[in-house]
Amino acid sequence: MTAWARIAGQLGVTIALMAAVAQLSDWPRYHQIAANTAIIRLSFTHGSNRQAECRRRTPEELAKLPPNMRKPLECPRRRGAVYVEFDLDGQTVYRASLPPSGISGDGPARAYQRFVVPAGPHAIAMRMRDTPRTEGFDYVKSSDVVLAADANLVIDFSTDAQGFVIR
Amino acid sequence: MMAPTGDPSKRNSRARSALRATIEYLERGADRVFGPNLNPFAHLGALGFFLFWIVAVSGIYLFIFFDTGVVDAYDSVEAITHAQWFAGGVMRSFHRYASDLMVVVLVVHVAREFALDRYRGARWFSWITGVPIIWMLYASGITGYWLVWDKLAQYVAIVSSELLDWLPIFGEPIARNFLAPGSLSDRFFTLLVFMHIAIPLILLFIMWVHILRISRPKVNPPRALAIIVLLGLVVVSLWKPALSQGPADLSKVPNGVGLDWFYLPLYPLVDLWSRGAVWALLGGFTLMLIILPWLPPFRRARPAVVDLAYCNGCARCVEDCPYEAVRLVPRTDGRPFDQQVQVNASLCVSCGVCVGACPSSTPFRRTTDLKTGIDLPDLPLQTLRERTEEAAAGLSGQERVLIFACAHGAGSGRRQGTVEVPCVAMVPPSLIDYAISRNLADGVVVAGCAERACYNRLGVAWSEQRFARQRNPYLRARVPRERLATIWASPTEKGRFAHELAAFASAVASLPPSQRSPEAPPEDAAVEATAADDTPEELVP
Repeated sequence: MTAWARIAGQLGVTIALMAAVAQLSDWPRYHQIAANTAIIRLSFTHGSNRQAECRRRTPEELAKLPPNMRKPLECPRRRGAVYVEFDLDGQTVYRASLPPSGISGDGPARAYQRFVVPAGPHAIAMRMRDTPRTEGFDYVKSSDVVLAADANLVIDFSTDAQGFVIR
Repeated sequence: MMAPTGDPSKRNSRARSALRATIEYLERGADRVFGPNLNPFAHLGALGFFLFWIVAVSGIYLFIFFDTGVVDAYDSVEAITHAQWFAGGVMRSFHRYASDLMVVVLVVHVAREFALDRYRGARWFSWITGVPIIWMLYASGITGYWLVWDKLAQYVAIVSSELLDWLPIFGEPIARNFLAPGSLSDRFFTLLVFMHIAIPLILLFIMWVHILRISRPKVNPPRALAIIVLLGLVVVSLWKPALSQGPADLSKVPNGVGLDWFYLPLYPLVDLWSRGAVWALLGGFTLMLIILPWLPPFRRARPAVVDLAYCNGCARCVEDCPYEAVRLVPRTDGRPFDQQVQVNASLCVSCGVCVGACPSSTPFRRTTDLKTGIDLPDLPLQTLRERTEEAAAGLSGQERVLIFACAHGAGSGRRQGTVEVPCVAMVPPSLIDYAISRNLADGVVVAGCAERACYNRLGVAWSEQRFARQRNPYLRARVPRERLATIWASPTEKGRFAHELAAFASAVASLPPSQRSPEAPPEDAAVEATAADDTPEELVP
């Protein structure tokens, strides 16, 4: 084998390898959802009220505390769970009691759920309870939406808007 | 007391044997095209470093023109790609394809080291530090894909953040940054840019740590191979430039994206499995890699030991040790030398290369106990000489060929006339002289690993340089070179080994009888000659 033939062979093998690498860098294509489907994402972070009201400490209790920790009010940090339901076309597809986050349970409850649905019209309804009550809901919203193929519909919760927001 | 001659590291599982056979099949193919010196399989680590620098330089160039704001990032990448296709476009392709090649190099490197059983014992450090390299390489690549902010970036960002949110360490779910148009802030995007710079720097640091315990690490491939890689990248970058896949649109699902299957092969799993299952897979794989060096069967030969009575601190063993397990320290025994050598047992793999390098390792000595300056407890020089004599005693006929065979090469096994050693560089050149000048054999074959895949990294190179009288200890000039052959072949090349061995034996048989059986020199003369060549006067018994 001549030197030039060897070099040509080396280049040929190298280019073939790199061409294969280049090809695999964006092929085959990946479809995460089927054709004519869409995604509804139910996602929010929302903190419910604290589980107990603040309480004024008695003088005896304050005296037992170190001087730098003598706050007159004792406010339990832990929040309650947030209960949420999501209906899609009349069927409840998600129902959860979401605990507060954080080691002390004082962070907001979080939800992030993904639903793959056929494209087209859908009736959606969301309900949330963030108070100690056990019956009924504090926030309710329902809506009819039409989803195009590959649409990404987001259902969020906004404290400012005092309820669910569809984006 | 004595360990068996065969190296226990040869006890391989079937899976490992199959993997090794596959890799060696590919290596031999690459050998035919590139030759042993340029074979990419022999330079995987160096190629990894080289590709890193290509990625770094091309990345710096791209960063100059890149807009780090989420609104303008896509447009700036498009401008780089199309408005200056001859420079920025090529650089972008370099950036992507060299990154992909790094994954290829890494996977082959890991598989090859595993197949060759080069991750246990003293090699645990390099193996373990290789694990975070895998993570950092993937983190570098994945964060890079976010920055283009095209549909692929959107897909990668959403799936990555969904995976990360499964871990209970983040306050606000990261995935909420990619919920809908307007969710993603410039500040968060700038954080991603910072991560894509910081993580590769951490990667480089770990790559440096990875080779800390390796003597003479190869961090640069041969120039010709580097040029071939660069030319290949140029051709492929012009033929198939790396392109964006349309701007990200958070109101739509990024469906039908062209995934980079080198960096994102597990992403589709998120749609099939739970996120916890994906993390379990990643964690399990990582854990398996971490504990692999300590899984049975345990294979640890005793490390080399120094005999100060025969060591003058000449540092040849320090120079030749492939693992930096031998170092010089101040003399402790009061003898008139400045230094002595010391073995770091945690780094020593008992390859015996130091024994072959020691000028005291001369078998011509007539002392009852043959000693040398640095020796292997499980296969001391005296035993090596005895085995040489035993193996030679079994030879007869017109073609008495003695074989010094590496335990990891094609010559290993119980063939008649074979002396198996952990590495052929353990055989001092004077032992070859001994075998021929004492008429123990008509010819000597030194059979090591394949040139591209020396199990102990430098055994083949050191042997060749010693025989060529380019490296101490030299093979003495009086040794007739036609009676010495080297065969570098892996265990899967036994056919070629047998063919070359038969050809050498035939050549030896055809040598004139006067040369085939030279008169042995007087022992005193041999000792004197050896001492003059190699051994400090004070150490000659």
